[in-house]
Amino acid sequence: MTETTPSPTIAPLAPPGPLREFWQYFSKNKGAVLGMAVIVCLVLIALCAPWLAPHDPHEQFRHALLLPPFWSDGGSERFLLGTDDVGRDILSRLIFGARVSLLVGCIVVTLSLAVGVVLGLTAGFFRGFVENLIMRLMDVMLALPSLLLAIAIVAILGPSLSNAMIAIAVVVLPHYVRLTRAAVITETSKDYVIASQVAGAGLLRQMFVNVLPNCMAPLIVQATLGFSSAILDAAALGFLGLGAQPPTPEWGTMLADARQFIQRAWWVVTFPGLAILITVLAFNLMGDGLRDALDPRLKR
Amino acid sequence: MIAFILRRLGLLLPTFIGVTLIAFALIHLIPGDPIELMAGERGIDAARHAQLRAELGLDHPLWQQYFGYIFDILRGDLGHSFVTREPVLKEFLTLFPATIELSFCAMLFAVAIGLPVGIIAAVNRDSIFDHTVMGVSLIGYSMPIFWWALLLILLFSVNLGWTPVSGRISVMFWVEPVTGFMLIDTLLAGDTEAFVSALQHLILPAIVLGTIPLAVIARMTRSAMMEVIREDYIRVARAKGLSPLRVITVHALRNALIPVITVIGLQVGVLLAGAILTETIFAWPGVGKWLVDSIQRRDYPSVQGGILLIASIVMLVNLLVDLLYGLINPRIRYSR
Repeated sequence: MTETTPSPTIAPLAPPGPLREFWQYFSKNKGAVLGMAVIVCLVLIALCAPWLAPHDPHEQFRHALLLPPFWSDGGSERFLLGTDDVGRDILSRLIFGARVSLLVGCIVVTLSLAVGVVLGLTAGFFRGFVENLIMRLMDVMLALPSLLLAIAIVAILGPSLSNAMIAIAVVVLPHYVRLTRAAVITETSKDYVIASQVAGAGLLRQMFVNVLPNCMAPLIVQATLGFSSAILDAAALGFLGLGAQPPTPEWGTMLADARQFIQRAWWVVTFPGLAILITVLAFNLMGDGLRDALDPRLKR
Repeated sequence: MIAFILRRLGLLLPTFIGVTLIAFALIHLIPGDPIELMAGERGIDAARHAQLRAELGLDHPLWQQYFGYIFDILRGDLGHSFVTREPVLKEFLTLFPATIELSFCAMLFAVAIGLPVGIIAAVNRDSIFDHTVMGVSLIGYSMPIFWWALLLILLFSVNLGWTPVSGRISVMFWVEPVTGFMLIDTLLAGDTEAFVSALQHLILPAIVLGTIPLAVIARMTRSAMMEVIREDYIRVARAKGLSPLRVITVHALRNALIPVITVIGLQVGVLLAGAILTETIFAWPGVGKWLVDSIQRRDYPSVQGGILLIASIVMLVNLLVDLLYGLINPRIRYSR
């Protein structure tokens, strides 16, 4: 009889859970973690806007028009980032603007993801005529520059924030459809799909319960990057006067209002754009990190 | 090669039909009656209303109107602007050279900086230069260009006074439009001062419009180059004792350029869309600004024609890039 002494060094290593594994890859990318931190801050700012903002974003202080930020000559600590041409506090408008921009991102991504996934699944499962119809339609949409198509749709629907969101959601749709279809086609040739088909899984179950979860990785990456392009496009439309209408505290619309004061008041032009840049950059950083962590082809 | 071209053209046709459908739908989906929109605030009496309806063919069934529209397009008739009463195609063609000039210079700026920067970053991987390039290009890629434009105006036009704020050439000069390209026209006229003025007007918009393509090209060149440098044939070239510069510029760059060219081609669509924003900010008299103005004036025939023309141009450029790609890389031509 031999004595076995369990050595601590060869204790069975439990495989890391999927979340742990993901975090291991994700946290290696400093930029991605930074991006996520910024996004968390932005979400908190947006949620707590009424308590964080020093003033009402619509309140006009008639005695304080175009006041510079507090560190400049003539600035006041009451208005940390200064005021605009009708005396509204810029900081408060930026804080409430975070709500608008994140909401635009959420709605656009949800809409385009939901419709895109359904169309992509349909194209992937019903090969042939239905697939051709859907994919050719997506090709047409991809042939147009995205901002142009968005402008065309807004021209039809009329300029407003909700119409701008619809337009942007339509414009980004082809990316989701293509990704989903490509992933579905790869998945459906795998054994587990055939096995569950043999076991009697219905079509809907097959599509949404068995296949879809395995197609999520590229979609999550695209959705994150979709946030940044949605925010950027909405701001561009707002800037052109085709998105959110004044006095909504939307960053792009704020810039459009500020254009005429560029010679006199640099702060009304600088801060809203900086807010857009930081937000978009954060989502792009996080999207890149997610791609590295989730995309199996790039995994070492 | 011919089969390849024909197949590409065949794929283009349904896309073009789709674009005409969108453009056609535009005028029929807008809320309200097109004729009342045309009449504007003044209003219109019933008899004239009916007459205009018949004139514009709006009393026919939809499918007949669509086919009529297609025939009109094929004859080069894109309708008349509600505002100026000029043919849409004529207006577009007068303004288009300004957009081409701007886009071309923007692309020149993007390629001239993006390509070398991407190559140097790839060769010195993980150096400070590489990290800076990657960081800056990510910022460039995330940049709201309308804000970037305002910042540059603030710095160079308002504070330093180096460049004019807007327009295409100073009002002091008048140059006979021969080609429609201001830089060429001023040279043809032999007016150096006007040329300098045109160049000063062009420089900021071109930088603004070229920023996103610059970021994309720099990143793409870097990653394509890094992949190529790892190949065996590069090691062979080095082992033969060729100078590092020759290995990079002659041996590696050729293959690395293939994906870069595709990206450059795809940026044309980005440029034309970006031109809409850039031209609006700098009051550049091109088709982008014209399109936005037309939307704001509710000049629907112009919007419809403009969208159709810009989309067709983008499609044609994409086709050219595809064909060029097949020409450089035979593997593409024979696949599928």
